[in-house]
Amino acid sequence: MSAELKRRKAVQEDAVAQYERMIEIREFEEQINGLFAAGSIRGTTHLCLGQEALAVGLASVLRPTDIVSATYRGHGIALALGLSPEAVLGEIMGKTIGCCGGVGGSMHLSNMELGLLPTSAIIGGGMPVAAGAALSFQVRKTDDVAVAVFGDGATNIGAFHETLNLAAIWNLPVIFICDNNVYGEYSRINLTTPLEDLHMRADSYKMPHFSLDGMDIGAVQKGVTEAVNRARSGGGPTLIEAKTYRFAGHSRADQALYRPEGELEKWQKRDPIKVTEESLVASGALNADKIAKIKSDMKTTIEKVVATCQASPEPSLASMFQNIFTPAKVGR
Amino acid sequence: MGTTTPMRFRQAIVSALADEMRADSTVMLFGEDVAEAEGPFKTSEGLLTEFGPLRIRDTPISEMGFTGAAVGAAIMGMKPVVEIMFMEFLGVALDQLVTEAAKMRYLSNGKLSVPMVVRASVGSGLGFGCQHSQTLENWVAATPGLKVVCPSDAQAAYSLMRASIQDPDPVMILEPRILYAERGDVDTSLVLPIGKARVLRKGSDITVVALGQMVNVSRSAIEKSGLDVELIDLATVVPWDRETVLTSVKKTGRLVVVEEAPKSGGWGSEIVAAATSELFSQLKGAPFRITTPDVPVPYSGVLEARFVPTADDVARQLTESLKSGTTPKSWWELEGLK
Ligand SMILES: Cc1ncc(C[n+]2csc(CCOP(=O)(O)OP(=O)(O)O)c2C)c(N)n1
Ligand SMILES: [Mg+2]
Repeated sequence: MSAELKRRKAVQEDAVAQYERMIEIREFEEQINGLFAAGSIRGTTHLCLGQEALAVGLASVLRPTDIVSATYRGHGIALALGLSPEAVLGEIMGKTIGCCGGVGGSMHLSNMELGLLPTSAIIGGGMPVAAGAALSFQVRKTDDVAVAVFGDGATNIGAFHETLNLAAIWNLPVIFICDNNVYGEYSRINLTTPLEDLHMRADSYKMPHFSLDGMDIGAVQKGVTEAVNRARSGGGPTLIEAKTYRFAGHSRADQALYRPEGELEKWQKRDPIKVTEESLVASGALNADKIAKIKSDMKTTIEKVVATCQASPEPSLASMFQNIFTPAKVGR
Repeated sequence: MGTTTPMRFRQAIVSALADEMRADSTVMLFGEDVAEAEGPFKTSEGLLTEFGPLRIRDTPISEMGFTGAAVGAAIMGMKPVVEIMFMEFLGVALDQLVTEAAKMRYLSNGKLSVPMVVRASVGSGLGFGCQHSQTLENWVAATPGLKVVCPSDAQAAYSLMRASIQDPDPVMILEPRILYAERGDVDTSLVLPIGKARVLRKGSDITVVALGQMVNVSRSAIEKSGLDVELIDLATVVPWDRETVLTSVKKTGRLVVVEEAPKSGGWGSEIVAAATSELFSQLKGAPFRITTPDVPVPYSGVLEARFVPTADDVARQLTESLKSGTTPKSWWELEGLK
């Protein structure tokens, strides 16, 4: 079994491992700002701070043979599904160790062994693709499922509506997960959308739908399991709205000064890391000492990852010419 | 003569929008985060404050919807300007521009006019990766009924914006994103008509035609080469200025087009084809193009810097072509890559 599949297996089996993965994502994202300042990362990047429970909860329920399409805000989902921190950070730094050899960048992470399609930087871009993956499962009669993860803002693009309708009439084994982190770029969702509960949109497609607390990994697991079971057993698609909050700005340049006062602080009280800690302490799986150790070990681990990625070579000129086509063939 | 003011490229866009809005109450602007946030690239700074929320509007992430709304508003006599944050996002709205807006005059037997402007930021160099870095002139350039312009400095950004808003037909403005922060002098009374190329440097050895961020690259290449090159900023891709370009090529006998677009299907092919077929007997050498390779824009900084024509490489090709009389090889052919 590959190291990355092992990382996936870990979060599928063990609640403490799930917590550790959430800490890994938190620590990873917090390193990014410093690396930008140091000039080790260029372009832009979109952090998922505050949205760790959704990423890890989802990864813990899915099989590696299930397919996930996600977005440019994808570091957390990639790590949760099992990509190594080196594969993710290396890609963000444009190094050969990255999952795309450094030609893709922060917005384009993938690993098909773990079921992660290349994340799309076009709003709605991954949604019909996930439906297509689900179509292949339906035709081949496997019980795998496809998942499309997208933001609240994406529910206003044509691809969202076209894909939901298609998935509904074809009864596809696909789960639509709207990560409602309250903002699309610099606009609060209420300024662009006349609806607070975005999952209600599934009503027009006669598709089952519900919202869940995206800050609580237990709630994520319960909701996603329900939808996945329905899809695996031929019951068709579901739209899930995970209520989360984007702790950081939209992208690197954004300080999020448009937020109403106190909103961030209110959500931080329900920080998914804190929520998970509380439940694991209550169940006796963790205590304060263990938590402190997990956090300090993770800091060391991620620092090593940074060093490894910094030492990784720049891609060769030849790599920009690779993977555009494969030699054409005629016939089967 | 108006007053000449130093400003950044993005400020020239703001100024042109504001001046047009002051002069014409039917001009309006909409797009994602253009109002409250004053534009993802700060190309609408102060506009909401001055013109108010009726004319300056934020939109949902619905490019097809709001581009199409511009078509309808324009038909009814408004002059909407639509901002598409990155050119690639036009992909989800292309129908409304290429197949609806560009066909209205034709399909109404000349009764309808669609005086709308679609602005989109384009180009590579900032590490945004292959879905946010293309120039994509060729998505729109083969559409009769649609004009396409591309400013290369603050003056052109200002003057072409005003000309585009005033134009009675749909105009697409490709704004090289890497230039937004560049400074330049802007004479607000200077008119640059759509369809008119700008001769930025007179010369007799070679005619170089460039567009967008390749204009600056070509200018420094010419300095490095020490050659007497005539530099033309094409400025309008459709309808391109045949007269200015062909008159120059007639004079120099040599044509090089510098493009930030993949080798296959670039706008420069059209220029080279026209010069070759119309001026064949007057040419001193084969016209050729300096382009990017036929690859997606790579993310890595090292690769992206090589991907786009550099001043050094353009200088090398100009010098070589003049010396040997043959068409120089591209950097990737020299590296044995394809
Ligand atoms: C078609 C398209 N339009 C616009 C954009 C620019 N854009 C990138 S992220 C973003 C906001 C998306 O908000 P949301 O769907 O809520 O996702 P979040 O960023 O909050 O995760 C926008 C408008 C894009 N990438 N693609
Ligand atoms: Mg959002």
